[in-house]
Amino acid sequence: MSKLDEILGEAQAAFAAVDSLPALDQAKARFIGKSGLITEQMKGLGALAPEARKAAGAQINQVKDQVEALLKARREAIQAAQLERQLKEESLDVTLPGRGEAMGGLHPVTLALERIEALFATIGFAVADGPEVETDFYNFTALNIPEDHPARAMHDTFYVEDGQLLRTHTSPVQVHYMQDHQPPIRIIAPGRVFRVDSDATHSPMFHQVEGLWVDEQASFANLKGVIQDFLQRFFERDDLRVRFRPSFFPFTEPSAEMDMSWGDGWLEIGGCGMVHPNVFGHVGIDPERYQGFAFGLGVERLAMLRYGVDDLRLFFENDLRFLKQFA
Amino acid sequence: MKFSENWLRSLCNPGLDTAQLEHLVTMAGLEVEAVEPAAPAFDKVVVAEILSAEKHPNADRLQVCRVKVGEGEPLQVVCGAPNARAGLKTACALVGAELPGEFKIKQAKVRSVESFGMLCSAKELGLTEAAEGILELPADAPVGEDFRAYRRLDDNLLTLKLTPNRGDCLSVLGIAREVAALTGAQLNHIDCSPVAATIADTFPVTVDEAKACPRYCGRVIRGIDAQAATPAWMLERLERSGLRGIHPVVDVTNYVLLELGQPMHAFDLTKLKGGIRVRLGQAGEKLALLNEQTIELAADTLAVADDSGALALAGVMGGAASAVSEATQDIFLESAHFVPAAIAGRARRYGLSTDSAHRFERGVDIDLPRHALERATRLILDICGGQAGPLVETVTELPQRRPVAFRPARACRLLGIDLDAAEMRAIFGRLGMQVSEQGDAFQVTPPGFRFDIEREVDLIEEVARVHGYEAIPIVAPKGEARLLPVPEAERTVLEAKRLLNARGYQEIITYSFIAAELDADFRASGQAVALLNPIASQMDTMRGSLMGGLVQTLRHNLNHGQERLRLFELGRCFNGAAAEAQPLRLAGLAYGHARPEQWGEAKREADFFDVRGDIEALMHPLPIRFERAGHPALHPGRTACIALDGQVIGWLGTLHPRLVQKYDFVRAPILFELDWSAVVTRMAPRYLGLSKFPAVRRDIAVVADADVAVGDMLTAARANLPAKMVDISLFDVYQGKGMESGKKSLAFSMLLQDTEKTLTDVEIEAAVDKMTQFLAERFNATLRAA
Repeated sequence: MSKLDEILGEAQAAFAAVDSLPALDQAKARFIGKSGLITEQMKGLGALAPEARKAAGAQINQVKDQVEALLKARREAIQAAQLERQLKEESLDVTLPGRGEAMGGLHPVTLALERIEALFATIGFAVADGPEVETDFYNFTALNIPEDHPARAMHDTFYVEDGQLLRTHTSPVQVHYMQDHQPPIRIIAPGRVFRVDSDATHSPMFHQVEGLWVDEQASFANLKGVIQDFLQRFFERDDLRVRFRPSFFPFTEPSAEMDMSWGDGWLEIGGCGMVHPNVFGHVGIDPERYQGFAFGLGVERLAMLRYGVDDLRLFFENDLRFLKQFA
Repeated sequence: MKFSENWLRSLCNPGLDTAQLEHLVTMAGLEVEAVEPAAPAFDKVVVAEILSAEKHPNADRLQVCRVKVGEGEPLQVVCGAPNARAGLKTACALVGAELPGEFKIKQAKVRSVESFGMLCSAKELGLTEAAEGILELPADAPVGEDFRAYRRLDDNLLTLKLTPNRGDCLSVLGIAREVAALTGAQLNHIDCSPVAATIADTFPVTVDEAKACPRYCGRVIRGIDAQAATPAWMLERLERSGLRGIHPVVDVTNYVLLELGQPMHAFDLTKLKGGIRVRLGQAGEKLALLNEQTIELAADTLAVADDSGALALAGVMGGAASAVSEATQDIFLESAHFVPAAIAGRARRYGLSTDSAHRFERGVDIDLPRHALERATRLILDICGGQAGPLVETVTELPQRRPVAFRPARACRLLGIDLDAAEMRAIFGRLGMQVSEQGDAFQVTPPGFRFDIEREVDLIEEVARVHGYEAIPIVAPKGEARLLPVPEAERTVLEAKRLLNARGYQEIITYSFIAAELDADFRASGQAVALLNPIASQMDTMRGSLMGGLVQTLRHNLNHGQERLRLFELGRCFNGAAAEAQPLRLAGLAYGHARPEQWGEAKREADFFDVRGDIEALMHPLPIRFERAGHPALHPGRTACIALDGQVIGWLGTLHPRLVQKYDFVRAPILFELDWSAVVTRMAPRYLGLSKFPAVRRDIAVVADADVAVGDMLTAARANLPAKMVDISLFDVYQGKGMESGKKSLAFSMLLQDTEKTLTDVEIEAAVDKMTQFLAERFNATLRAA
């Protein structure tokens, strides 16, 4: 074996013996550095005859190329191994839970209300608001319910000082809004209402959504259209049917109770009707030119049906074990 | 309104079964609330007579009866009832009968004696909840007749939930009239023709309050039979309407009230002095009512009086002193019209609720008193005998029925239907209304019992009702297709709530009324609003703050095993009854660890600054400020008011130790409350340009007195930024080891930038020096040695 073959063999063995880049660089210096074995071979060329020098030089260069190829291969192998090691070391148990804050949620009544507002917004209903402690005028008189009218007995009213009261329905918002706006009017008014009534199926505080549409054409047929459309969209059921039964509210005429098909029967979900001319009279809207409809929906009722809640009282106990189910 | 279906069918019997009838009236606006059978199902029960009753040979408490059940041989029946006796008429269930509760009657041996049926108690037939012994039927009960037929048990009790406008349907006749109008079925006549007087006796009547009582009819009847009994058919109808038999005369007035809708009253004539006077109550005047309640009349309560004082609360309830009794022989019958305004609210004022007041409050046909009095007279004479005097009527100021104008086109427009005028005219005809046509309009005169018809829309409703709400099409409305405004400088409720959700807060909804004490603990301002009629003492005050409800909800949930809570509520608070004193507020509460328990994070209690961070996130990018302040429910040293544009918009703090103890918490919850009107606003974004030149950061540390408010320093520094400095922020606060006592170290970073060029070192140094100097001069903060 020639000296060059020996060097090549040695280099191969030396490179294979190291497994880090600094060690490889050291090993490289033994062969290719200033005083490396190959460099020394080069230096030995000067002593040869010109023809022999050329052939020997070519041989040395060839070995040098081979050593460098070995070096490169080894460097890449080491780098690959290092990366492999790094990846292995850095690997995580990705199944561990994430860190941070836990999500809170909305109250189911809010979920229903937001859904109602969003649905009505799609056909241009704006949202209106009004006070919860009301005057007798807005809660009753302006809605065509004079003092001592038997219809007042339908509203078990909470009173505060000065003849003020807690609104028994969201209908007063109609009056506030119509005092400030001329038709066309298209609003819903969601909010808290209060009645002196408390048992398994009645809460002294609950939520209603009032709806009002007034223009020159809005008819009872349109009222039926809007309510059926709303209920079908709210419950996402195209087969849902609504039934309108004649009823009486002093502030609408004709008036109706709205029933919704549910299971084998009908469920009452609110009252509605055509705005009474006396109400228009109280707010200065010409009842000959304008007409319109109003409706009131019970939000807890809708939420119970939508989310399968079977006890009204759960809504206001605010037990987190209940509320967390509506995330 | 509760009544027997058979009674209704005796007046109008359309070709409809019970379910169809129920649907018909419900869909006409007379809601059927309940339909109950008059008796549960059973069969093969007959009227029987006990011929003999012998002691059972093998049992002390049993008897062996021979029972006649019809034409055939008497049956042998063993019976355990002590009242089984020879001669008694009762009900016998025959072999093969099936009684309520799937109880089948078989031929059986009872202690070795054959028994061919069962003598029945009212309970066994499901007629009553309890019974002592077997039924005792009147002596004239026809032996062998089917018991159901004999007692007319194949009947239903209908309960209608009537709306206040349909006072005309508060009678069986009224409902029959409605059924006839809706179906076209015949309405049977009730005999209300005048009863000829057989005596000349009258009793004087004076009506002082003619407006309140425009018609008063009265009649004397003498010599009624005190032994007379109310006939079974009448008692049965009264009972099926939920009334008991009291006295034949009272039963007749009750019957006529149910049948025709006219409240009446019978006085014992011998107890009346002078004459009847319809007048207002006098101050301090007392009246003992039939229900044994004594009331004091007011100056606006209408009374029926005689010379000795008030006899009755007019249209509401009679008095005890002048009531008919078992001894009564001579009566004075009253059948009057009281206008709703004179009666409305009076009964309720005295805690009374009577059938009479219920009707007068809603209105009664003004033509009815005379008819009803004739009807009642005839029934009393039939049942109790006696001699009737002439009917005396006092009439004043009868209101005139005016025709109501009606435009068919208007009805079509309002209802969204396309109905012929002729059909509408036919509907009015069926409802007993007179119609005359004037061009495109009708003049419609309603009958006396339809006092609710006053204006065109009332007639439109009648058209809708009789035509049928179900016949009105379902039509999507057409409106102007206009977009709703979406103000960019307002955030929506949902955005704010969802942001709080993302920071861990759960929404709650608590009652707007709370206990006065809870309100007092948390109210920061304003006047408490008390309820005059609270449902319970712990719900007697409108809340002045949402914090009370949050704290109560925290307590509830800690009691149910929760340990870490983040809660919020959006709702109105009440500082007074005026609309502007009912601000909408957003409040939150944090309790327990800063983070939910989790791996890889050290546990730490949440503190003021965690919640402050939540508020800053919520309010971003509004430049809110936190300033030391006091709040009655919060720790004086750990409370800030939150200011925006110089206005206080809310509070943040930890619960006052006094309340922590009172509400029994282990640690202090952190609470905040914000005016929704402030939360809702935000700045609409506006682009200010980008600098092409790099920003430079420089940090300094200064030493300041420990009690210097860092927020104030930052605010002042930001308001006095030197040239080229665009922001300054705090990144560390240090106090303690290595620091002089009473001092703290504050580390600020400053951002410097020029929009025109790259900053030079000289410019940077100059700006930093200027800020350092500012902090030194204004806050006595010295640059910390490096």
